[in-house]
Amino acid sequence: MSVWTRIVNVFRSDRVNCEIAEEFETHIEEAVAAGRNEREARRALGTYVRHRKEGHQVRVIGWLDSLRADAIFGWRQLWKHKTTSVAAVLSLALGIGACGAAFRLVNALFLRPLPIQNSERLYAVRLDGVTFQGKPFIWDTMSYPVFMKMRAAVAGQAELIAMEPAHRNDITFSSDAEMEKAYVQHVSGWMFAAFGLRPALGRLLTEDDDRVQGAEPYAVISYGYWSSRFGRDPGVIGKSFRMGDDLYRIVGVSDRGFTGTEPGKMPDVFVPTAMNVQGVREAGDGWLRVFVLPRSGIAIEPVRQQMYAVYRAFEQERAKAWTNIPKELLIGYPREKLLLRPAGTGVSQMQDDYRVPLTVLGLLVVLMLLIACANVANLIAARSSARSREMALRISIGSGRLRLAQMILAESAILAGLATVAGALFAFWAAPFVVRSIGHADDPVRLVFGGGWNVLAFGSFLALGTTLLFGLGPAFRASKIKPASALKGGDDPMARRRGMYLVIGAQTAFCFVVLFLSFLFVTTFRRLSERPLGFAPERVLLLNTLKKDNKHVIDWQPLLERIKAQPGVELVALEGWPLLGGMNDNELISMKGAPPTNVSSNFLGISPGWIKTMKIALLDGRDLQAEDARAHAVLVNRAFAQQYFGGRDPVGQWFTTLGFNGTPDRHEIVGWVADVAAKNVHEPMSPAVYLPLHTDALGSSWDSATLVVRTSVTDPSVLTATLRHTVEQSEPELRVGDVETQMELVRAQTIRERLLANLAAFFAVVALLLAAVGLYGVLSYSVLQREREIGVRIALGARLGHVTRIVTAQIFAMVATGALAGCALGLIAARYVQSLLYGVKGSDPITMAAPALVLFAAVLLSALPAVLRATRIDPATMLRAE
Amino acid sequence: MKKPDALQGSLDLLVLKILERRPRTHGYGIMTAVKDASDDLLRIEEGSLYPALYRMEEAGWIRAEWIKNDTGRRARVYELTAAGRKQLGLEESRWHAATAAINQVLRTV
Repeated sequence: MSVWTRIVNVFRSDRVNCEIAEEFETHIEEAVAAGRNEREARRALGTYVRHRKEGHQVRVIGWLDSLRADAIFGWRQLWKHKTTSVAAVLSLALGIGACGAAFRLVNALFLRPLPIQNSERLYAVRLDGVTFQGKPFIWDTMSYPVFMKMRAAVAGQAELIAMEPAHRNDITFSSDAEMEKAYVQHVSGWMFAAFGLRPALGRLLTEDDDRVQGAEPYAVISYGYWSSRFGRDPGVIGKSFRMGDDLYRIVGVSDRGFTGTEPGKMPDVFVPTAMNVQGVREAGDGWLRVFVLPRSGIAIEPVRQQMYAVYRAFEQERAKAWTNIPKELLIGYPREKLLLRPAGTGVSQMQDDYRVPLTVLGLLVVLMLLIACANVANLIAARSSARSREMALRISIGSGRLRLAQMILAESAILAGLATVAGALFAFWAAPFVVRSIGHADDPVRLVFGGGWNVLAFGSFLALGTTLLFGLGPAFRASKIKPASALKGGDDPMARRRGMYLVIGAQTAFCFVVLFLSFLFVTTFRRLSERPLGFAPERVLLLNTLKKDNKHVIDWQPLLERIKAQPGVELVALEGWPLLGGMNDNELISMKGAPPTNVSSNFLGISPGWIKTMKIALLDGRDLQAEDARAHAVLVNRAFAQQYFGGRDPVGQWFTTLGFNGTPDRHEIVGWVADVAAKNVHEPMSPAVYLPLHTDALGSSWDSATLVVRTSVTDPSVLTATLRHTVEQSEPELRVGDVETQMELVRAQTIRERLLANLAAFFAVVALLLAAVGLYGVLSYSVLQREREIGVRIALGARLGHVTRIVTAQIFAMVATGALAGCALGLIAARYVQSLLYGVKGSDPITMAAPALVLFAAVLLSALPAVLRATRIDPATMLRAE
Repeated sequence: MKKPDALQGSLDLLVLKILERRPRTHGYGIMTAVKDASDDLLRIEEGSLYPALYRMEEAGWIRAEWIKNDTGRRARVYELTAAGRKQLGLEESRWHAATAAINQVLRTV
């Protein structure tokens, strides 16, 4: 009989039994027809039941058949307690779904190999050094000249590939009026060949496209961009677009699977590095990530050493030209180490930003799943204890102990299976949801969620793991039942309760860790959001403008007047770049001719009226004026005064910076203002210098500036179209690039903290709820079990306090132990997450007070119903009921 | 030798042999065939026949099929599979070896 038939027969056992009966009856009939007595024939043949049993076993696969029976039985058991079963499935589904979603994110960001050849051999350069202030600093970009020198040095052993981090750029396909955004990436021309990529259409860039500076304006677009922007039109080959001053021609479409090497970003357009003429020349401009692909069989360490030697020699040579940096800072320069890290799964800023947060989220969701599992384990334990007589009976009439364990496990597996299906749906929705909330509307995070085998494997692992986690204990206990004592009522009713208490203790510990961590993250986010910025970001619109022709001189004054005349506009000013927008100019200064200091100041060009527009407090002195541009008057902030003048009024003092041609520029301080968060909101306020932008005629060194418009409307972005139009009408030589609100930039500062705080708070609420429900359930169960005992005690004169104590003492001791263990775990976890925190210390015992209090309140609340029930037991009724 | 169990394994041999000679026979037919062929000397115990058939079916020596017999009733008939044929050869030679050995003992002692 084929295996398949036997599998099928499992699911039609009625029919199989009918057939056996039929054959049985045919035999009797034939016997009777042959003249035998029917009763004698039946006796000779034996009982039908025996035939059915033996015949059935041959016709089905035994274990599958028993599994089917167990599954049906388990389903009926679950169906009998619909509400608790649904609650169990939902809480498990939430845990499994959250774990699955976290894994999908981790997989997409860190585990998915780049769809290129030899991804296992790919390395990326990382520089591990310190700032001039001595703080550790890690970066991974280098200049073009040093990259080319390194490439020549290791030629023959390894291929070096340079790739600029992808960035959003303005490009136009037809007229300048139709500007659009695309993610552009300058890459080495030989990248495509080195990665073994094939064109989907046309040709890819080659080394020949990347030899001469600015000479080969060819572009390859990604398959995704080709689909979304051009609807896979083959006519795209030969199309041109303008980016900056150059006109590029599209020569091909890249491989379908290739979405770049930066998880979190997907480049749309690839252009040769040589097209960034300024970047190719400038030895001080680190704009390229360097990838290393050693030839097979070549060890990576010697390659690294050669590259490092080239790097050191290059940087030492470069440092000779630096005169504005204190000599002692240059001792041993460059102090950074050049490291190669495996890059088979890509390299991106997002990976660095979210490595620790995702690990923490992973920890939180796993803890949440464990809490849910603990609840279900206790639920099943309680149920199977209620069924212990049934189990004992089964064993007495000959059921195998393994079969009993299998029966309980089948029930657990159904729960876990249902929860996994629901959880998978949840994860399917939740992972993209989290990614959306990380990104910015204009600059979304773009991740490839491979739905590959590893996600599937992880899901199955979760389902199996949870089944065993909450099913194994009760199953083991069921298999150990001693029928004689169980039928008498059990010889150790405490044993099962002790197991439950242990689970409650573990649950409390996990819950405390989740609460504690989420408290840290919520506090961090609150502290950061409450941190004074020093300016008022509300209702401010920022228009980033670029000059079309670098040499053109723009008269800003009439433009500012026209913008100010628009309805809804209150004030307008100019700045070099937006505050908190990611741009910075840090320079070392010399105080009154002294040698340069080692603390850098943050420089920003502003127009008169900027501090009023941004609502920055002027402490003393005066604002800049139009004529200050030539007089080199500047404003400084409080941190600057603190750094250089011991906090005294700096107005009237002067300092120098190193000018363009190497001669010192002298700056006169005419006013000082309050501290303003300019770089990011996490760091302490640093010294800042505000120097005048040339408002009458923007100097040639400025090719872009930002218009700051304070409006009277709550959502200033409604003015975007009008203001864009106004600027381009009144000054045709200007192009408006990104338009954003200052609030967006402020919010973007805390995206990670907001995400962590929101998710952690959500997990904390769920964890607390689950733990409370679990505690409530176990307490109620134990009171129910001990009703008679409590009744007797009350009858003998036990007081309220005494009853409460016997009901709760043991479990509270367990909860307290769990909470203590949670404290210890929390302290360990907090050390790991310290880098994500702001204004709150994980190691501080005081920060543990709040989560402990919340936990304590939840414990009290969930214990109350059981205690009330215990004290209301009426001994008379209780004893009569026996 | 009324009891077939007296000689271990002879039940399988008999059933297989009958099915080789008369394929597509049902349980009752196998039983009567053994009785007839042995001139009523051998009789398969009815209670053991069906378990033996199920066992051989599981082992893959025989396969079963439902057919309509002359009286219009459904009957389950059995026939040998290739594996069953091989098994029959095996059992036959084992039987011959055993009886030859026993005969030899009877002759020499």
